[in-house]
Amino acid sequence: MNGADTAFVLISAALVMLMTPGLAFFYGGMVRVKSALNMLMMSFVSLGIVTVLWVLYGYSLAFGDDIGGGLLGDFGHVGLKGIRPETLTGGKEGIPVLAFALFQLMFAVITPALMSGALADRVRFSAWCLFITLWVSLVYFPVAHWVWQADGWLFKLKVIDFAGGTAVHINAGVGALAALLVVGKRIGFRKDPMRPHSLPLVMLGAGLLWFGWFGFNAGSALAANGTAATMALNTQVATGAAMLGWLAYERVRHGAFTTLGAASGAVAGLVAITPSGAAVNAFGAILIGLVAGTVCSWAVGLKFRLGYDDSLDVIGVHLVGGVIGTLLVGVLAVDGVGGATQLGRQAAGAFSVMAYSFAVSWLLAKLVDRVVGFRATEDDEIAGLDRAFHAETAYDHSAVGGTTALRGAPAPDRRPEDPLPDHGPGNQPDNKKVDA
Amino acid sequence: MKLVTAVVKPHRVDEIKDALQRFGIQGLTISDVQGHGRQRGHTEVYRGAEYRIDTLPKSRIEVLVEDQDAADVVDVIVRTARTGKIGDGKVWVVPVETVVRVRTGERGPDAL
Repeated sequence: MNGADTAFVLISAALVMLMTPGLAFFYGGMVRVKSALNMLMMSFVSLGIVTVLWVLYGYSLAFGDDIGGGLLGDFGHVGLKGIRPETLTGGKEGIPVLAFALFQLMFAVITPALMSGALADRVRFSAWCLFITLWVSLVYFPVAHWVWQADGWLFKLKVIDFAGGTAVHINAGVGALAALLVVGKRIGFRKDPMRPHSLPLVMLGAGLLWFGWFGFNAGSALAANGTAATMALNTQVATGAAMLGWLAYERVRHGAFTTLGAASGAVAGLVAITPSGAAVNAFGAILIGLVAGTVCSWAVGLKFRLGYDDSLDVIGVHLVGGVIGTLLVGVLAVDGVGGATQLGRQAAGAFSVMAYSFAVSWLLAKLVDRVVGFRATEDDEIAGLDRAFHAETAYDHSAVGGTTALRGAPAPDRRPEDPLPDHGPGNQPDNKKVDA
Repeated sequence: MKLVTAVVKPHRVDEIKDALQRFGIQGLTISDVQGHGRQRGHTEVYRGAEYRIDTLPKSRIEVLVEDQDAADVVDVIVRTARTGKIGDGKVWVVPVETVVRVRTGERGPDAL
């Protein structure tokens, strides 16, 4: 066993884990106060659902022995059967398969969480949980097999997807598009102001994503080596360049360097360098970043022109950024990897994932909608999903009024001689529910 | 008695408060409010989507005074609130029927 590689992959797994709460804050800050917790939870719950599914059958479907045709793994490793602490990848110089499985688990966790931003503020939480359960099982696990398992058909086609441009970002972007077409627009889309409630949270989330992305990208080398170093450096370079690209575009088009633009540009750069990072040099990374930053900045406006409500621009950032990175690697790859042939392979990879993911995601969203109802009620959507599904509110900023004690709450600290307040008949505090 | 209400720029509030205390005012109420006069609002941009914000944050100062002090209090507020730029605010005076001090039950000018 290679101790250095093992340590690096385990740390990378922890870094990638941090991306999901980071994403939750990135999205959470962008929604209105009334559904801020729901947005955080839609991302965060993936850490629970997908983790359990991964152990039960996800790892086996993605990285188990191929059932034939490079389409799916078998059920040989259900419950991580047959994988022991001493089981190594690639002979005695490898890393424990458990470390690899943990690292890949984090990818499976964040991918459905990425989609949540497109459906902000309008879906039932239980329906969302059902949707991502089905989605990772029927979309993510197979596609991960196609792209990363040595028997997978896109792997054998020599499509370069170093850390998940197709399997993660294009996949999630297209899945989000399919789901939002089923779910529909938020009430008041293009009419009501839907300003982000906390840009500092967005910035915090983007920072956590950027930090965690070093594990996402460099860790995908699965070894503490020069490839990991190339990827880490290119991750930083492309992300910085993309932030500048987005800011420059905004300054020209809208007259200001916005905070949300800086955060979004960084994420667009992270997405775009993900598939290509190890195959390009630092100048290629700058170019990929600049292109991703400016093009994604332009692309987020498409939803207003085309009329689909991608609330937090999952398509504009992840799908467009993922496609840019996946295709540009065909152009910019060094060491004789690039060229027209590679560009064709990259396009084949990107478009096959798009077609499969769109079709299956759309069917799953329809199924969820038919069986349990995907959409929140109009009343819940207008009042905010936090109270409807989580029995909580994100902030208690109220200076006036207060909270009435509920069943199970500690009794107020009252001395026996204090007179009880006289509320009079019909004016008793409701002991079931507090009207905020 | 009169109620003097002033809507002013938030960053002038501390100086107005100090000036009123030097003038001899006992109590006042300050609240954060939103509104606009001729100044109108501003534009914010989020990922290229522009939002017109019509109201601006302002501070409202309310002071209860005896009739003969009203004009002077207005004068103190106007002098301290003025920056000379658009959006300095407004001050108005309305008659007050009665005032009661909650703790003692005193009424009228004694309650001020």
